[in-house]
Amino acid sequence: MKPAPFEYSRARSVEEACALLAADDGARLIAGGQTLVPLMAMRLARPTRLVDIARIPELAYVRDVHVDDPQLHGREEASGEGKAAAVAIGATTKQAVVEHDALVRAKVPLLAKAMPLVGHDATRARGTIGGSLANGDSAAEIVLTAVTLGATLTWRVDGRTEQAEASQFFLGPMVTALPPAACLLEARFPVWSEPRVGTGFHEVNERHGDFAFAAAAAQIAVDGDGRCTRAALGIGAATAVPLRLDGVAKALQGTRCEESLVRRLVAEALAEVETMADLHASAEYRRRAAITLAVRAVSDAHRTARRA
Amino acid sequence: MNVELKKVELKVNGATHVVEVEPRTSLLDCLRDRLLLTGAHAGCEHGVCGACTVLLDGVAVRSCLMFAVQADGYAITTIEGLSPGPGELSPVQDAFCEAHGMQCGYCTPAMILTAHALLARNPSPTRAQIIEAISGNICRCTGYAQIVEAIALAADRMRGQNLPPDRS
Repeated sequence: MKPAPFEYSRARSVEEACALLAADDGARLIAGGQTLVPLMAMRLARPTRLVDIARIPELAYVRDVHVDDPQLHGREEASGEGKAAAVAIGATTKQAVVEHDALVRAKVPLLAKAMPLVGHDATRARGTIGGSLANGDSAAEIVLTAVTLGATLTWRVDGRTEQAEASQFFLGPMVTALPPAACLLEARFPVWSEPRVGTGFHEVNERHGDFAFAAAAAQIAVDGDGRCTRAALGIGAATAVPLRLDGVAKALQGTRCEESLVRRLVAEALAEVETMADLHASAEYRRRAAITLAVRAVSDAHRTARRA
Repeated sequence: MNVELKKVELKVNGATHVVEVEPRTSLLDCLRDRLLLTGAHAGCEHGVCGACTVLLDGVAVRSCLMFAVQADGYAITTIEGLSPGPGELSPVQDAFCEAHGMQCGYCTPAMILTAHALLARNPSPTRAQIIEAISGNICRCTGYAQIVEAIALAADRMRGQNLPPDRS
């Protein structure tokens, strides 16, 4: 037995989970446990109580959220009659379920592209979307995708429901805006209504499925001439939290995303950004890798959008 | 810290066992130390090496990343549950022997269970799909080539299993 001792409770509802968390400062939620359990095995995490939310049925789902949904506060994506504005994914939805979900593939193609890179088959079988988001690792593909697309995260705390946009949610390395006694409920990924959308996702790591040293995600919409009408670009793993490069995305509009242009824009955007260093990769390596991966991600996204 | 033991009912290889464990007991430790099913191996014990792989409802998972108290209600399969009868081998086990898919044997039960899970959902995997499926399982002996070959051989045999003799 490697972890320190703890008590175990299985919550039957979100309210019960919140009450158990509020009653014990050292309590933590567990669902898939694919990140928390290794941290406990190394005793980097020593919860006094684990509150298991994996079997709360209403937390596992993937569904369309339509324009007329009162919970949707007039997001800009909410245009077009009867079109889904977002895909909502319940916090304890297994990563393997999201990976193979037809709705995700059709409407949030960047997330579908990122999922096979999340750990391995055996960890995606247990790991959840919400677990990865709540853990807030900059190297996590789901975290990078949420920041790049501007997903909205919703949680329950003290009987209230609160939410934040992903770029406001991730505050530092494995630090999020989630209050200690909160239970994450869902993540909503915006759906792009443009007919021609393409995606790209690239990362470097030691072994497929391991933590990335640098990663980049891009989603691009093009018009009939192959000119970019809308872009989203983010880099992860290289920095303490994933960064959405909105300036680059804006500058790409109206262009054909030529490689030299993308490289110059991304290099400029990252010039003043502090990248991380550790035994595996220096800060300078991570910066160079992030720039090159961003160029590749945009190139893939632009090419697949033109073919869409 | 004195933690009370939790009673949990585990369905392993078709048999039901009731055990009392500390909540911090991993499913791996419970299988090995309490149920004496030592085919699931303890490698890194933090989810990197894959040596502890078991099947939960037919899907490969890491038994070191799960606590025994979380495992009630699932059909758990370990390497001990694969053989169709005493002295017999499953087609995947047989293929691993024939293709020399093992050397020291430490990763082998996990590799075989991972292969079973793969072939249950995809009877005709490509080489790339086989490599992807075992990418979470570390082997330090074989260089993986014979493991990939063994899984391809098992897939081929299992596809032919239910065909009439003149077609197989």
